Amino acid sequence: MKIVVPVKRVLDYNVKPRVKADGTGVDLANVKMSMNPFDEIAVEEAIRLKEKGAASEIVVVSVGPQKAQETLRTALAMGADRAILVQTDDVVEPLAVAKLLKAIVEAETPGLVLLGKQAIDDDSNQTGQMLAALTGRPQGTFASKVEVDGDFVNVTREVDGGLETVRLALPAIVTTDLRLNEPRYASLPNIMKAKSKKLETKSPADYGVDITPRLTVLKVTEPAQRSAGVKLADVDALVGKLKELGVGA
Amino acid sequence: MSILVWAEHDNAALKDATLGAVTAAGKLGEVHLLVAGSGVDGVAAQAAQVAGVAKVLVADDAAYGAALPENLAPLIVGLMSSYDAFLTPATTTGKNIAPRVAALLDVAQISDILSVEGPKTFTRPIYAGNAIATVESSDAKLVITARGTAFAKAEATGGSAAVEAVATTGDAGLSSFVGAELAKSERPELTSAKVIVSGGRALKDAETFAATILPLADKLGAAVGASRAAVDAGYVPNDYQVGQTGKIVAPEVYVAVGISGAIQHLAGMKDSKTIIAINKDEDAPIFQVADFGLVADLFSAVPELTGKL
Ligand SMILES: Cc1cc2nc3c(=O)[nH]c(=O)nc-3n(C[C@H](O)[C@H](O)[C@H](O)COP(=O)(O)OP(=O)(O)OC[C@H]3O[C@@H](n4cnc5c(N)ncnc54)[C@H](O)[C@@H]3O)c2cc1C
Repeated sequence: MKIVVPVKRVLDYNVKPRVKADGTGVDLANVKMSMNPFDEIAVEEAIRLKEKGAASEIVVVSVGPQKAQETLRTALAMGADRAILVQTDDVVEPLAVAKLLKAIVEAETPGLVLLGKQAIDDDSNQTGQMLAALTGRPQGTFASKVEVDGDFVNVTREVDGGLETVRLALPAIVTTDLRLNEPRYASLPNIMKAKSKKLETKSPADYGVDITPRLTVLKVTEPAQRSAGVKLADVDALVGKLKELGVGA
Repeated sequence: MSILVWAEHDNAALKDATLGAVTAAGKLGEVHLLVAGSGVDGVAAQAAQVAGVAKVLVADDAAYGAALPENLAPLIVGLMSSYDAFLTPATTTGKNIAPRVAALLDVAQISDILSVEGPKTFTRPIYAGNAIATVESSDAKLVITARGTAFAKAEATGGSAAVEAVATTGDAGLSSFVGAELAKSERPELTSAKVIVSGGRALKDAETFAATILPLADKLGAAVGASRAAVDAGYVPNDYQVGQTGKIVAPEVYVAVGISGAIQHLAGMKDSKTIIAINKDEDAPIFQVADFGLVADLFSAVPELTGKL
């Protein structure tokens, strides 16, 4: 079984995002960029499935600028087998990404597509579900456990009330939540090896997909800022504040 | 404009999240509620009473009992020929369903809206709420999820909507529901609680978390939350997590105990009315958003606080 893992290059999760003064977006000039953390978890899960013998090949895909090659190389260094970059400098909304991935899924016919549940830049949480819709496949979103069982995959999902398990007919789409696994670091020899792994570059036009955005971003602003309040001297002062707030009295 | 709102329920009762979604949809036009489930007469009757709902559509079929998106999406897509917009609460189940519908309608979904600025214009958080984008859709139909903390709940009673059964679409044969481990608790639900006490990594282990945080929460009549670090370490179940990838909460009072205040945690609680932080590190980032901070060792401060309340 082949596994396709889409990955996105995003602002590193440790960097505090700064809104540009002209209100057009978040400043990405000269800041650290990394693989979206949820996608790292997806890559790791695919590698573990391969190590267990449940998968034969892992193809990583990114839609984005030329620099997204670095993100793909990271995935290759972790253990993916080959990579496809659908290169574009344009804004690509989740729907367009899903359409590109659909074309890739049709060409590659993977048994499983593993995606991060959301990208930490636009926080959309859409691409996996959209890909499942467009390919007519079942979806196991927000996975904290993935077990391939013959022609099925059992996915335990993190839901508002706790955990829920669904059984999906393969081929299927799975999106990862944080507790699915802890991604490995690529070792130096593997980073070197990754350099010679195959990385194909394509364009959206190669797949005949129109990526024109449907949403216009009118402006991007800072959220209302909270200011630091006061430090209290001791527990008694805190008891007093809680009583003033009308709780715990 | 007519809006179809997916009603969240457990086949027995309507969930509160539905009420915020009704308010959000009401800002766009006429609201119809879709109650899809298995044996949902009671839920439909409840839905008909929600203030601001003009009509309730009921799709009763065993295939909808577990809200599997593979089965619900074809139903909703069929109904959408008569609607301009589809809206769900931004809960885990809403987020599971809405994008599947959006893609089938060839529409870009607008996730997690915070406000309605115009018939096709909305604000939504990006970068874990560190920026707010105002976006305008050019699609003929809209698919939206609405953040619960951003919209007041519609009144659960007072309405008298007509209830209409709709044809069901059956089981798509792609997926099945195996089971659930849902937390049972006497405490208020995190997303609707007035007071929340959350614990972080500093709480050491499950026993210490329970022994330290729960008595304080009891005294305050509070729901209990946690940071990702506390959940990952197994102190509490996953549904306690507050943050970018956990629950978004905005209680009257949020007490953060032994939580450093990473941006991913702040993303879930910084709209709380009053934030109180207890942390031994006076430079912990949580103090930058806290209205009241106590620099102290939680293992002495929390029991003392609990004792004095
Ligand atoms: C993609 C992604 C998504 C994430 N989503 C979330 C999310 O939804 N929610 C979330 O919470 N995190 C999330 N995180 C994790 C986040 O970055 C932090 O790692 C996490 O919030 C830290 O938890 P903490 O504050 O409990 O632990 P720490 O950062 O380790 O902080 C522990 C704090 O306890 C204090 N302390 C220690 N001992 C004592 C004592 N005896 N008395 C008083 N204070 C004490 C310390 O001073 C410290 O400030 C996410 C991370 C990523 C990468």
